[in-house]
Amino acid sequence: MDKQKNLREAVRSLHDGMVIGVGGWGARRKPMALVREILRSDLTDLTLVAYGGPEVGMLCAAGKVRKVIYGFVSLDRIPLEPYFRKAREAGAVEVMELDEGMFLLGLRAAAEGVPFAPTRIGLGTDVLTHNPELRLVTSPYDAEDVLVAMPALKPDISLIHVNRADRRGNVQTDGRDPYFDDLIARAAGRVIVSAEEVHDRLDLTHSHMAQKSLFDRSVVETVVAAPLGAHPTTAHDAYGWDMPHLKAYCDGARQDGGWEAYMRDYVGADEPSYLERVGGAEAIRNLSIPNL
Amino acid sequence: MIHAETFTLAELMITAAARAWAEDGEVMANGIGTLPRIAAGLARLRLNDRLLLSDGEAFAVEEPVPLGCAPEDRPGHSGWFPYGRVFECLWSGRRHAMVTPVQIDRFAQANISCLGDFQKPKVQMLGVRGFPGNSINHRNSMLVTSHDRRTFVPGEVDVVCSAGFNDRLWPEGARRPDIRIGLVITPLCVMDFGGPDHAPRVRSLHPGVSFDEVAANTGFELLRAPDLHETATPTAEDLAVIRQLDPHDLRASAVKGNPAGIREKAA
Repeated sequence: MDKQKNLREAVRSLHDGMVIGVGGWGARRKPMALVREILRSDLTDLTLVAYGGPEVGMLCAAGKVRKVIYGFVSLDRIPLEPYFRKAREAGAVEVMELDEGMFLLGLRAAAEGVPFAPTRIGLGTDVLTHNPELRLVTSPYDAEDVLVAMPALKPDISLIHVNRADRRGNVQTDGRDPYFDDLIARAAGRVIVSAEEVHDRLDLTHSHMAQKSLFDRSVVETVVAAPLGAHPTTAHDAYGWDMPHLKAYCDGARQDGGWEAYMRDYVGADEPSYLERVGGAEAIRNLSIPNL
Repeated sequence: MIHAETFTLAELMITAAARAWAEDGEVMANGIGTLPRIAAGLARLRLNDRLLLSDGEAFAVEEPVPLGCAPEDRPGHSGWFPYGRVFECLWSGRRHAMVTPVQIDRFAQANISCLGDFQKPKVQMLGVRGFPGNSINHRNSMLVTSHDRRTFVPGEVDVVCSAGFNDRLWPEGARRPDIRIGLVITPLCVMDFGGPDHAPRVRSLHPGVSFDEVAANTGFELLRAPDLHETATPTAEDLAVIRQLDPHDLRASAVKGNPAGIREKAA
């Protein structure tokens, strides 16, 4: 069994109109090499499901997004994602803006195979006003207990970055916080994993780190080697986020033609040239892990 | 207790904000933003040593992490607090957050999502983030660095992110979760929603500030708390802890112009 493909082949398995889950959290552990390959492709009309970071802004800027379903969209230390903000203020994308915890419950419902998760979150707020598809349910045990029925959020496929994978689809994720990559994987049930390193058999070489696995290989459809593939976001514990790069990206958003320039000057034709243009592999490996 | 003679408005606000957690017992204290974060640390060290703190990343700590702390100086970890556990903790109600909304209204509803029409906002901000869940699950306090009618709005906030004491948005006949609002700290005063029917009121005025000035800069009617008093000023010990928690003086850029804590009397 060998699930390894190259970036281009992996992205070729996606289709226009797909609902795509994205792992990571804000500017942390985003599968950016896969996202850049989507930027280089003709894919369009996508729905994104994410605790969003730069991938949401970039895909919106490139006109590839129809709808974003999110708990937030942020670059962490830079609170607002500039191109997502532009897309919102232009009314260019449809949104389902959710409380961060509701978003988690929607993923969990999808992972559990149930149509919704009952929750109090959202009651008393405009989350219900601006998402008219959200319905209320009355508890079968107590008629005064009215709850929001948070619908299952089920991506067609999810993109998740990990530190290590093997050709069979086993994965390991380093770092302090798993975020919700396990749920993003389970909710979709189909995952393209990008990995800092791809090994033949993790059980033979990294057996002592097996607890770092956040999901099992039955949901992993494709494994892609993408060293430094989370740049400019952080891939704990390999390298930190690239704040100078993200600041330049934000500055570009304020200029006419800024996005076209970003595509030309950075995204370019492929990942090796991208890594050169952003300072080279050595410089990325030396980016320090952020501490807030 | 000896009160310091000179301190900044930011330091006065931190000291007032710390009091929000004084009677909380063993809950997670989350101060989000420069002044609330220092205030949570001050509360832990001076007012309530049962408070749970996180390092802002993924670990619980028993000593507040100073702002801009070098990796080698960070305190040890007493537990693991990834975001998944933060949600579990907040859903259980054992958390008290202090946040900085962009708009607050007379119902204690707060907005950080966007300004204008939600479908095509004039200004996209942060989105609702965790406000809806926070507001119905645990106590929340607020700290704002400007006190004007753009912050304390007439009518309602543009997007209700945190639930408040407003009948309009609640399903009829449904039992409502307790909305628990702690303190609201501003550059002029300390407020709460402890009046009749949760009416907003002023609890204390910062030195040199009049009730009329607060009222004139607030977009809704305010009551005077029965024991309306002057905001307690920081002690030398408070200031020493604040300096320890914020060694690079990031608090100096939190309030516009970094004014003194006691106003110069107008000539």
